Parts: sequence; C-alpha cells; structure tokens
Amino acid sequence: MNLEKVIFGFFILLAATLNFGFVLGDIDDPTHHAEAELFAAVVVNVVATLLKFGDRTQLGAVHLATSLVAVLQLFAATLVWFFAARDAGGAVYPASMAAIVSLAAGAVFANVVSVIMLVAETLMLRR
Amino acid sequence: MDSVLLLTLRRLRWPLVLLVGVYAVGILGLVLIPGVDEQGLPAPMGFFHAFYFLSYTASTIGFGEIPQTFTDTQRLWVTVVIYLSVVAWAYTIGSVLTLTQDRGFRHALVEQRFRRQVKRLHEPFYVVCGYGETGALLCRTLDRWHHRFTVLDIDPERIDDLDLAHFATDTPALAADARLPDNLLAAGLRNPSCRGVLALTDDDAANLAIAITVRLLNPRVPVLARAMSRGVADNMASFGTDHIVNPFQIFGDTLATALEAPATFRLLMRLTGLLRQGPGADHYPPRGKWIVCGYGRFGREVVKAFDRESLSVTIIDPLERPEGDRPFIPGVGTEAEPLLRAGVAESVGIVAGTDNDVNNLSIAVTARELNPRLYVIVRQNLEANRHLFEVFDADVTAVSAELIAGRCLAIISTPLLERFLRLARSESQAWALGLIEALDALGAGPQLATWSITVDESGAPALLGALTRDGRPPVIGDLLCSPNSRDEPLECLPLLLRREADERLVPDRATSLEVGDEILFAGRPRARRAQALCLVNTNVLDYVRTGRDVPGGWIWQKLTRRGGETGA
Repeated sequence: MNLEKVIFGFFILLAATLNFGFVLGDIDDPTHHAEAELFAAVVVNVVATLLKFGDRTQLGAVHLATSLVAVLQLFAATLVWFFAARDAGGAVYPASMAAIVSLAAGAVFANVVSVIMLVAETLMLRR
Repeated sequence: MDSVLLLTLRRLRWPLVLLVGVYAVGILGLVLIPGVDEQGLPAPMGFFHAFYFLSYTASTIGFGEIPQTFTDTQRLWVTVVIYLSVVAWAYTIGSVLTLTQDRGFRHALVEQRFRRQVKRLHEPFYVVCGYGETGALLCRTLDRWHHRFTVLDIDPERIDDLDLAHFATDTPALAADARLPDNLLAAGLRNPSCRGVLALTDDDAANLAIAITVRLLNPRVPVLARAMSRGVADNMASFGTDHIVNPFQIFGDTLATALEAPATFRLLMRLTGLLRQGPGADHYPPRGKWIVCGYGRFGREVVKAFDRESLSVTIIDPLERPEGDRPFIPGVGTEAEPLLRAGVAESVGIVAGTDNDVNNLSIAVTARELNPRLYVIVRQNLEANRHLFEVFDADVTAVSAELIAGRCLAIISTPLLERFLRLARSESQAWALGLIEALDALGAGPQLATWSITVDESGAPALLGALTRDGRPPVIGDLLCSPNSRDEPLECLPLLLRREADERLVPDRATSLEVGDEILFAGRPRARRAQALCLVNTNVLDYVRTGRDVPGGWIWQKLTRRGGETGA
C-alpha cells in the first residue's frame, strides 16, 4: 500500500463529496446550504490541487486541470456569497443562493471528472 | 510543461498543503468560537472576517483584534493559531530558499536558459562538443570569423572558462555530457540553422557516440569528429561520418608530402599554416637517415611516412618495440647515450614525438647539441607549454590541437581548399614552384588568406544579375580588378574553379562564369574585402567590367540611357 496514493485518493474523493453535499438541496433555499460546508469544500479542493502539482504525465496534467476548474468555480461561488451577504446584511437571498449553488454544482462536475480519472487510472494500473 | 516550473511545484507541494491546512483549522476555530460585541451581545465571526484576521496575523502584520475585541476563549485559540501559522510560513519560505540553492534546481534553470538561447538562434551555427584546448582554439577562431556556435562540455569548470573568454557573440554553453542525445538536441542538433557538429572531446569513444547520435538523429547535419586511433576512425567511417580528423594522420600525410614533393609541401604551408615552422620557413625535411623518439600513435604515423619514401629510421622508445627488424634502441632519448647509439651524428633529422612535452624538448635540445645541422621536428602536446616551444624554435612544431582546429576550420570555411590541396598533390613540382612564386608576388606574407565564393543568390547577387542580363558574360578576370580603379589588379589569385563535376586548377582570367560556379581564391585580406564589394553591388560590378561609373538612381539611369541612345 502506498501512503501517498491513499492521501491522494482521500483528498480527491473528499473534495467531490463535500462539494456534492453542499450542492444537495433546493437550489434557492438558503437553509439547505451551509456556509461551513462551502468553506470545507474550498479548503479540500485547494489541497487536492496542491497534491496534483508536479506530475509529469499526461493524465496528471488533466487531473490538475480539472482541479483548477473546480477551485475556480468554488472561488467564484465564495465571492458571490461574500457580496450577497454584504449587501443583504448577513443573510443570503434565494436568488443569490441559486447563483452560488449553480457555481458550486459546476465544481461538482469537475470533481466528478477528477474522480472518474482516479478510478480509471487505478483500474489501468491494476490490469 | 518546462522542468523548472514542475520542479518548483513538486518541491513546494507539501509546504503549501500545510499552510492551507493551518489556515483552514484556524479559520474554522475562529468561526466556531462565539464572539461578543461591546454591548455583550453575541457577535459570531464570519468566514470572511476570520480569513482576513488570519491573513494579517499569520503574516505577522497584526492589525489587532478586528472588528470586536476578542474574548479570552478567542485569544486562546488565536495564540495556538499564531504559532502554527508562523511555523507553516517558516517552512514554506525555507523550502523556497532551499530550492533556489539546490544544485538540481539551478542546473534545471541553466539548462532551460541554454535551451531557450539555442532555440532563438536563427543564424547558421555549429555545435562544438568538448571545450578543451582544441575546442577553445577553434571557438576563438570561429568567433573571430563571426560564426555562431553552441558549446557542450562535461566539465563545468571549462564552461566557466568559456564565460570568461569574452566572445564577440553570445555563446550558449552547457556543462553536460555530449554523449547523451538529449543534450545534443538541446544544443540545437535539430535546429534548422545547425550547420554542423564538431566532436572534439579528448575521449575517442565519446566522439564516436556523438558521431553516431548525429548520424541517426539528423543525417542532414555534417559531423566533424576527432579520432586519435585508427580503430575508432575506421568505425566512424563505417557509418558515414563526414570528416574524421586524426591529427597524427594529418601530420603523417603532411610529412610524407614534404619528403616526396617539397614544393607541394611549401605550397601547402603557404596556404594553410597547419604547422608551426621555425626560421627559414622554406626549409623542408631532408632525405636521409632519421631518428624517431617515441613509438606511440604519433611515432607510428611518422614512421609510416618515412617508410613510404623508404628512408632509414631508427626508433628510440622505452617500451614499444617495433615490428620486424627495424633498428631499435630502448630508452627515452633525453640523454646523449641512446641518441649516439642511434647514430645522431650521421642522421639528417630527428622527430621528438613522445607524449611528454618536457621530454620532447629535452630530446630536441640534446640532439641539436650533438649535431647542430639536424632537422628537428618536435611534438607539442599541451597548449600551456607553447612559450617553451616558441623559444626553442624547432624546424617544425606539431601541435595536435592546432592540427585538429586547422583542419576543422578549413573544412568549415573553405571546403574547396581541401579539394585544391588534394588535386595539387598530383601536380608537378615545377607547377607548385610556379604557384608559390605567383603567391609570393601578391606580397601578402604570412597574412595570406584563402576564401571561396559561390555564384548564387546569397553569395554573389550582383554577379548573378550580370549573368542573367544580356551582353558579355562576366569572367573571372572581372573579379580580379580593384573597385577603386579597375586598372589596378587586386592582390589575389584564383586557385580552383568547380563547376558541377568539373574542377579546374588555377583557372584562366578569361574563363567566363556560370551560375553555380564555386571559386577558391588566395590573397590578401583586403583584396577579399574589395572583391566582396563587386559581388554584391551591381554598380561596382558594372564599373569593374565596363569602366563606366553607372549612376545608381532610377532617374539617372533613365537619363543616361536616353543620352546614350541619342549619342549612338
């Protein structure tokens, strides 16, 4: 067992699950989407991106690309949250929430691609 | 992606992960711990404020407790976070600093810069592998002739030397093993401007490896490879190395020419300056009994040359006993005793050809004392000993580095000269003497230069224009007139005209030129410059051919043409 592979897989999967958990629920219902979960998703996604640095393979490059996309989407969602909360004095209106969740949903897609690649890579090596 | 960026990211991966982790834990703690505002009402810290606070605290900027004064619980947590984040930052910054000191990283940086420089080379250049004595000598001359080149050498110290050499052009150089194809590719092997690869390392096997690599990776590029042993030279020839340069063989062949055809030898020396000659440059090795000290690779080639002329040779060597019943004295030859036994008194010449410079000088000095009329040939191994050999002033000094560099430069700059010298060997002695006289009449002395021109778009556009126009075709004689005053001859001489397969030695002045002709000239450098003017400037060429100073501008040309027509 390779510890690095465990950590790598752990973070990629966790990034996807946290992200998915945040998106789950009615798209414009602020009570369905926890701020802390978005924060956790951002942190884990950034760590997953860092872990992908420095891989020379073609697969590694695409891996990095998917993570960068996810991080970008989540950053955008966080910024929307920030401005929405500032303008509304703390609370987030359903319209803003829909924008935040849809951005995060985009990140879910990138994370799913990342997970698929992780699985594919593992299967390829196990052949 | 380039390797520098990759290496940076790979090394900074864990420090950055740690930093993100510490920030995440710190922010989470600040958000969870309840805060209180001035009125004692609960004022929880949002993610944004927590991030803002941590950003200025962790980077030791410290604006204070914003937006509200902290509770004791918050302060406890912040204390923990401060220590954690300072450690994480120190680790990250330390990693960056270590990286910049790292040998592997610095090498990657240097290599990347080298690759970029080579990629940007858009003028013709050569790849020089091996910057030893020969390589340095060659590079200095290439630089003087404004040729570009890239350098590979396995020894970083030599590359440092190169940085101090103050070349006129910017020379990309890399301390790397030229045997590895990757490094040759980095040096521009597949660059469309690459004109040739010179394998000049002091290791025959390495030169062989370079020659094979070039042959396989880019067969279009010619290879000049140094080979000190016949075995390696044969191996190189077997897969089509374009030019194999063996200094000992060059010297042997030159010596054979000198013994067989002294006039041809003198012509050769006039045109190439391959060997350093002592006073009375027209001396040539006499025929008679010879002594050869040192029967290594150099000695063998020398003895072969004497054998070809069936001259009697006595060999002095401490170890190597020659084949057959050749006269042989064991010893070094630095003392009088073995020299006397070898018959130095009745010999006409001696070759001090061991691989030790001090021994060679000692042999030469001792032999000259025993017989002052001896013709002395010494072999100089190291460029560092040059001054000693200059003071001694042998009749001929053979320097491997100069022989190799000279031959390589001749191949690069004037390929026709090689051809000419080969053809000249089959000509008579009287012909050679006649040509020497003609060359001496130019008054160039030791500055005699050789150059070749090609009648094509890039080499001689003006000449090409004159050829395609109607009228009298230009002749070689046109290129021998001064552009200042056409009655004055230029101080140069055509030596060889090559027209496809046809080669004409010393072509006649009246020979008319054709497209694609290659002509070899010898003469003074200033004649070369003057001639170059005729080749590229149509007006100068017209003046030289017709004596009329044709006006350059379009209007003037129209006016004079009309005037000419009415006049006629």
